[in-house]
Amino acid sequence: MSWELVTGFETHIELSTKTKIFCNCATEFGGEPNTHCCPVCIGLPGALPKLNKNVVIYAIKAGLATNCKIRNISKMDRKNYVYPDLPKAYQISQYDKPLCEDGYITLSSGKKIHIARIHIEEDAGKLVHQRGNTYIDYNRGGVPLIEIVSQPDIRSIEEAVEYIEKLRLIMKYIGVSDVKMQEGSLRCDVNISVRRKGEEKFGTRTEIKNMNSISFIAKAMEYEFNRQVEILESGGTIEQETRRYNSDLNITESMRGKEDADDYRYFREPDLVTISITNEEIENIRKELPELPHEKIRKFIEEYGLPQADAELLVKYKKISEYFEEACKDTRSYKTTANFILGQIFRRLPTDAEKEEANIPVPPQYLSELVALTEAKKITSNMARNTLEKMLDTGKPVGELLSEKDLEGIDEGTLRRICEKAVEMNEAAVNDYLNGKKKAFGAIIGYVMRETKGKADAVLAEKILQELISTK
Amino acid sequence: MSRIKYLNHLLATKQISCVELTEKYLKEIEKENKTLNAYVKVTDEAALDTAKKVDEKISKGEPLMPLEGIPMTLKDNISTKDIETTCCSKILEGYVPIYDATVWEILKSQNAVLLGKTNMDEFAMGSSCETSYFGGALNPHDTSHVAGGSSGGVASAVGGNIAVYGLGSDTGGSIRQPASFCGLVGLKPTYGAVSRYGLIAYASSFDQIGPIASSVEDAAIVYDAISLYDEKDATSCGSRYKAYDVLANSIKGMKIGIVKEYFEGIRDDIKASIEEAAKVYEELGAEMVYFNIPELKYALPVYYILACAEASSNLGRYDGIRYGYRTSNYRDINDMICKTRSEGFGREVKRRIMLGTYVLSAGYYDAYYKKAQKLRGAILKAFKNAFRKCDVILAPTVPTTAFELNFTAKDPVETYLTDICTVPVNIAGLPAVSIPCGFDSEGLPIGMQLIGDSFREDKILNAAYQYEQCTADRIYKKLEIGVRL
Repeated sequence: MSWELVTGFETHIELSTKTKIFCNCATEFGGEPNTHCCPVCIGLPGALPKLNKNVVIYAIKAGLATNCKIRNISKMDRKNYVYPDLPKAYQISQYDKPLCEDGYITLSSGKKIHIARIHIEEDAGKLVHQRGNTYIDYNRGGVPLIEIVSQPDIRSIEEAVEYIEKLRLIMKYIGVSDVKMQEGSLRCDVNISVRRKGEEKFGTRTEIKNMNSISFIAKAMEYEFNRQVEILESGGTIEQETRRYNSDLNITESMRGKEDADDYRYFREPDLVTISITNEEIENIRKELPELPHEKIRKFIEEYGLPQADAELLVKYKKISEYFEEACKDTRSYKTTANFILGQIFRRLPTDAEKEEANIPVPPQYLSELVALTEAKKITSNMARNTLEKMLDTGKPVGELLSEKDLEGIDEGTLRRICEKAVEMNEAAVNDYLNGKKKAFGAIIGYVMRETKGKADAVLAEKILQELISTK
Repeated sequence: MSRIKYLNHLLATKQISCVELTEKYLKEIEKENKTLNAYVKVTDEAALDTAKKVDEKISKGEPLMPLEGIPMTLKDNISTKDIETTCCSKILEGYVPIYDATVWEILKSQNAVLLGKTNMDEFAMGSSCETSYFGGALNPHDTSHVAGGSSGGVASAVGGNIAVYGLGSDTGGSIRQPASFCGLVGLKPTYGAVSRYGLIAYASSFDQIGPIASSVEDAAIVYDAISLYDEKDATSCGSRYKAYDVLANSIKGMKIGIVKEYFEGIRDDIKASIEEAAKVYEELGAEMVYFNIPELKYALPVYYILACAEASSNLGRYDGIRYGYRTSNYRDINDMICKTRSEGFGREVKRRIMLGTYVLSAGYYDAYYKKAQKLRGAILKAFKNAFRKCDVILAPTVPTTAFELNFTAKDPVETYLTDICTVPVNIAGLPAVSIPCGFDSEGLPIGMQLIGDSFREDKILNAAYQYEQCTADRIYKKLEIGVRL
């Protein structure tokens, strides 16, 4: 009988509030070590925390966007453990009364991955190992985090990847985090167990700590699944333990067992008061929420008439979707606009990171001008493509790249005269064509295009030429 | 009566300059501190600098603020920028704060003259000042006895006339008990009335800064000055009623509660002194109300469980990495932290860290911490009910007078028991003032406390002042040491 993977995620996301969770220091990433610090975030004796209200608002946004219930009364707790990057020897977190509970994210299959809870807490500093020494940078200490804990609803690596991608996209859309995995603003602990298909009881789980790349998550899960299955099939048992992923060897390795697990001695943080939020405040935050990715995809399909694949691709990158919507303001040619973006513009942004950044030298209005000209048949699609390339190179508007003459277009009478000339001048080709050499037609239409400097409507030109040749 | 007002008058009328006044105090500190051990650090240069500033103001004819130019002291757990602050622990050896505690910021802005930092039990854990890394502060009334604790240094300094007033902190009685031992007035304000920002934490939900002074008026003046809302402390609210202006009000018709449980296990002569005081109050027109608060029997265990739990967490940060003492020989980071803490903390602090760690541990949390939290709620409720029956409660401050030296070292539990009368208000976050009410047969001061409802410092200080006015010659003794003006 085959084995089933059972996975849940604990996802830490750094919130992008301007200041830290308990003091007014900047949260900005980078910076000289220990320059974004004060008595509060380096835990000097006597310094006291003060809860940043925006952190609560951001966390509620995250909760609402993942269909969570928001607690009206919540509190902060101390999680006690000793580590050099934790200057107070406790992390201010939430234990038994998290801000948000009981939500879900829907995968494209329609399956819901349930969110057990979302709580707020402070990040720790960072150890930097250099020249055989260890240094501590407390700039990150006190940066606000939310921890999103899923239920163990995930049953495959594909679901896991989709869950993380969806979660990431939602957080990006609601603007609570820049969710840059490589900078550590989104990190996951992955809980994995296996069981025989059909079995109800969960197996013993292991936890892989601190994953900050989706491809590593997939690899680590695959390795860990196989490792557990092998152990169980050879009659062994799984140890409940914390493991880490070694990307050089593509294996997971044990960090510590259950017996070495910390006793965090949680208790209520006496330096902070109860967090109370009224339903009215929650509703106001809900009203501020922007359109979520799944809502946007639906809109692009239903209102803009885009194919599902196009809609998903545009929504995958928040800034691209915004660019698209901006470009669509003055046009109803949504599909043409999408084609330009997904085709020529995407080719200029080969990596995911570049698409995320969406540094497009052509403002959306310029693109929509180009689309309008194309739709009005003022320029041919060929010309449009060439012009867009020039726009991407120079950032100039259509008007500066195309002359009035270019835009004049060719009226049907002129085109007919040119076509007549083409038939006259290319007698040999016309004869070849009439004798069944279909390819010869290319030479005749090529002549028309040359004569019109590419401005001719190829379809119309072909129609006229066919007419002329057939009546010859 | 009020030394602060008297000195303010002398300064304002140029009968003495602030530099002269400060020099007098510094000179007496040099002389008396060898015996009293009240100060662990004297900040003479900074004190004289401030004094000069004050003299300039006086010479320009500018009006003085109430505490301007008055020589005072701070307990060594109140952070002072650029001045070493050690909590009298080896582990904070050499620690110089980079910021000021809010209370000191307030007093500094009034040009208060800081003479130095005063002795205390290590991290405010103790009742005799003897757990101090620098040795205990002695009682100015009798140097074979302790000044009390944990704010023993402040009490010793004010009692010995080598500071006009001082700020201490009170987690389970640490202002009131030494005030009682040294014949002084000590006010523990309502939790939240005075900012804790910069007070090095012992037990965060109990700690409160307050004044120790030689009269009710002085305590009221200082309380009014420091009880401001502070946005840096999430639990701060500031005072609701100013105290000084109502001191002279009549207490006719005031209801004073006598709670039976407060008198169990109290030495007879102390009980008698307080009964005397009750008579004085009756003569002043107050009405005595007698009732029970049975929940008080849980106060001591509740206090020691919760305070130690918080302490075990608050003191986790002393690891030798960023500041303070660091052991010299170690193998790795864990060994360094472990040795630093083993060498840096004293016995009493270690005892409380262990106790606190234990009561928060998985498997014990429900039986200790959680249960104690519930009882804390019950005690608070019982007090709230009590204040429907009376305006203030009159009780002893300590079951005894000042301990002989080395008493507390013998039996920690016996020592904990002497906190029986002081810890209940910390559990409930209420204000209480200890004022002298006589002397025992050895001539050691006896103290009594007046306990009020939340933020009713005005009422307890009013009651204290009225009592003080008609008993001053019986309850205060002029000591022939220190600065006499």
